[in-house]
Amino acid sequence: MNLLIIILNGFKEIKAHWFRSALTMFGVICGVSSLITMSAFVKGKENLLRESLAESGGLERITVESEDDLPDYQKHLEDEIRGVTLKDVYALKNNAPLVYNITPIVKKMSFRSDLRVTRKGKSTRFTMLQGTWPDALEIMEHQIDKGRMFSEIEDHLAKNVCVIGTEVRNSLFGEYDDQGQTINPVNETIFINYKPFKVVGMFKEYMTEEDRKKKEEAKKNNTTINQADRWSRFRFSDSNSQRTMRVYGSKNSSILMPLNTLVSKLDSSFESGSKMDRSLSELTMKIYDVSLLEKSLQQVRNVLLRTHNGLEDFEFETQEAFSDDINEAIYNERTSGMFIAGICLLVGGIGIVNIMLSSISERIREIGIRKSIGATNLDVFTQILTESIVLAISGGILGLIISPFLIATLADYAPDTTPPILTVNSMIIGFTFSAITGSLAGLIPAFKASKLDPIEALRYD
Amino acid sequence: MHLLELRDIHKTYHLGGETIRALDGVSLDIDSGEFISIIGPSGSGKSTLMHIIGCLDSPTTGTINLDGVMIHDASARQLASIRNKKIGFVFQFFNLLPKLTVRQNVELPMIYTGLSSKERKQRAMCALEEVNMEDRSKHRPSQLSGGQQQRTAIARALVNNPKIIFADEPTGNLDSNTGEKILQMFDKLHTEGKTVMLVTHDPEIAAVTPRRIEIRDGKIANEIDPKLSGQAPRFNIG
Repeated sequence: MNLLIIILNGFKEIKAHWFRSALTMFGVICGVSSLITMSAFVKGKENLLRESLAESGGLERITVESEDDLPDYQKHLEDEIRGVTLKDVYALKNNAPLVYNITPIVKKMSFRSDLRVTRKGKSTRFTMLQGTWPDALEIMEHQIDKGRMFSEIEDHLAKNVCVIGTEVRNSLFGEYDDQGQTINPVNETIFINYKPFKVVGMFKEYMTEEDRKKKEEAKKNNTTINQADRWSRFRFSDSNSQRTMRVYGSKNSSILMPLNTLVSKLDSSFESGSKMDRSLSELTMKIYDVSLLEKSLQQVRNVLLRTHNGLEDFEFETQEAFSDDINEAIYNERTSGMFIAGICLLVGGIGIVNIMLSSISERIREIGIRKSIGATNLDVFTQILTESIVLAISGGILGLIISPFLIATLADYAPDTTPPILTVNSMIIGFTFSAITGSLAGLIPAFKASKLDPIEALRYD
Repeated sequence: MHLLELRDIHKTYHLGGETIRALDGVSLDIDSGEFISIIGPSGSGKSTLMHIIGCLDSPTTGTINLDGVMIHDASARQLASIRNKKIGFVFQFFNLLPKLTVRQNVELPMIYTGLSSKERKQRAMCALEEVNMEDRSKHRPSQLSGGQQQRTAIARALVNNPKIIFADEPTGNLDSNTGEKILQMFDKLHTEGKTVMLVTHDPEIAAVTPRRIEIRDGKIANEIDPKLSGQAPRFNIG
């Protein structure tokens, strides 16, 4: 019996019992669309996490921080703790060829209340001030939008200069002026702990691709702004910045200045003494080859142990752990998503089994007739199996069609979540699973139908 | 050589520890072109006999040779193929598929034979012409009278040009007038050279066939065969 006829027959059966078929398909539709929707949201989250990994310097970046807690066997040496110092930087530069771009950082954060950034009565809510070398621009993956980075000479002379992020600008200057133009803070003066600093540059505004698109759109709409629109725009940019906060928040809210400036002008604990022994918040550096991460770490460790006289008063922070976390989070979401969608599909499949079984007991006589005029067991088997596959695949296709709408609706209702990304792969997988469900669900009824005794079947009322 | 040769057919069922001998040593020869009726009260085993000859069932013991094929030990697949190509069934309850049109019903056996749609259509229309149903080809069974439905069923039985046509109480669900017409149709098929076997409990219906075989308790109780000269009809109409 030729396949086309069987498939057409399957559609005929669906049409003949359209309501029942629709109910049956509903299970598959739910399964497929939830599978696709789930994976779209997981994919969205995955992209966001990966972006934030790249934002923090990627896997090549490693950081060494001071550690107050010594290992047990060194506890008695606690008085000797110095933490990481500039000496370490030079030692690494000379002795650790597996790493480069070794940069010292001294951090100050506004929420520790030893940092106040102000200008004309305005202040920032959260700011991270970092004193460092000009090299930091590269290792922190910063890009200058306006002005320039401070120079080595300015570091050497401890000039009062700084480079600020867009959030700092927004807090102190506002984002737009009266004409709707973005404000350029370069060459303005801001006050950090009541001391004047000249802004020599501003970083570009870091945001996710999604936010950038939205912002551009909003900008376009705002070319013909009136006052009323303004309000909505501000509201928009507010929720926008909230979203961006998650990934790029700290980056946009940072101020960079020369290390020497920060230490000599702003550090209250500044003592005169060897510049080399000045303690740092952290050292950050890049490794040449991620596959040599272990070796590079060991090399850095060896060098540092020597400069620290054997004291392990430092610890490493690599992005590897973060990357592992990301992978684990993605894996967990995927698994739980697949699990839920799988249950939906299972329920859909059971629905099909149920309907096919009941439709078979309705059609025992038909099967008897077909057998008496020459249908083989295989013919009957194929017929029933095809019907359930047609049912499942139709459901699968409807699920595919529905899923983009479902995703859009869910994304609308939950605007704070990461933007979902619909992938072709997930659609293919969803569709394949619906076909598999249909085939599996059709097996039992088809087998049962094919084994019917034609005489019994013909007698059946 | 006969078209159909049955030798010592036994069929026993086991129902709850009880053994039922539905057929108890039936031997029978049928030639091509014969018009036969199998007669017997219900429970006599005539239906079982028809099912076994019709390849819907297999005998417990005994041999059957249908058109040179030993069907008593054929596989289910072979039996399906024989039912499809060599046997046509006409049932008491017509057994048409209600969702298909008359023509689609007649085409059904040829779908399992694997003929092209063009050929199926052509042959279905020929068969419908044979039973004067060509103008109803697009109707559904529910839109037809009992006689018309039975004629459709006959067209379906004929369409694959079978060696033998079985009719199981073909008039059982029809009024006597329509039943008469259906019987005339079988007679016509017989005169055209087809082999037809009627299965009935009604001696009056059996009377239209030249050869009559009476089954009782799973055995051939009586046989009237015009070929066997000198044998008097010994019908026992109770």
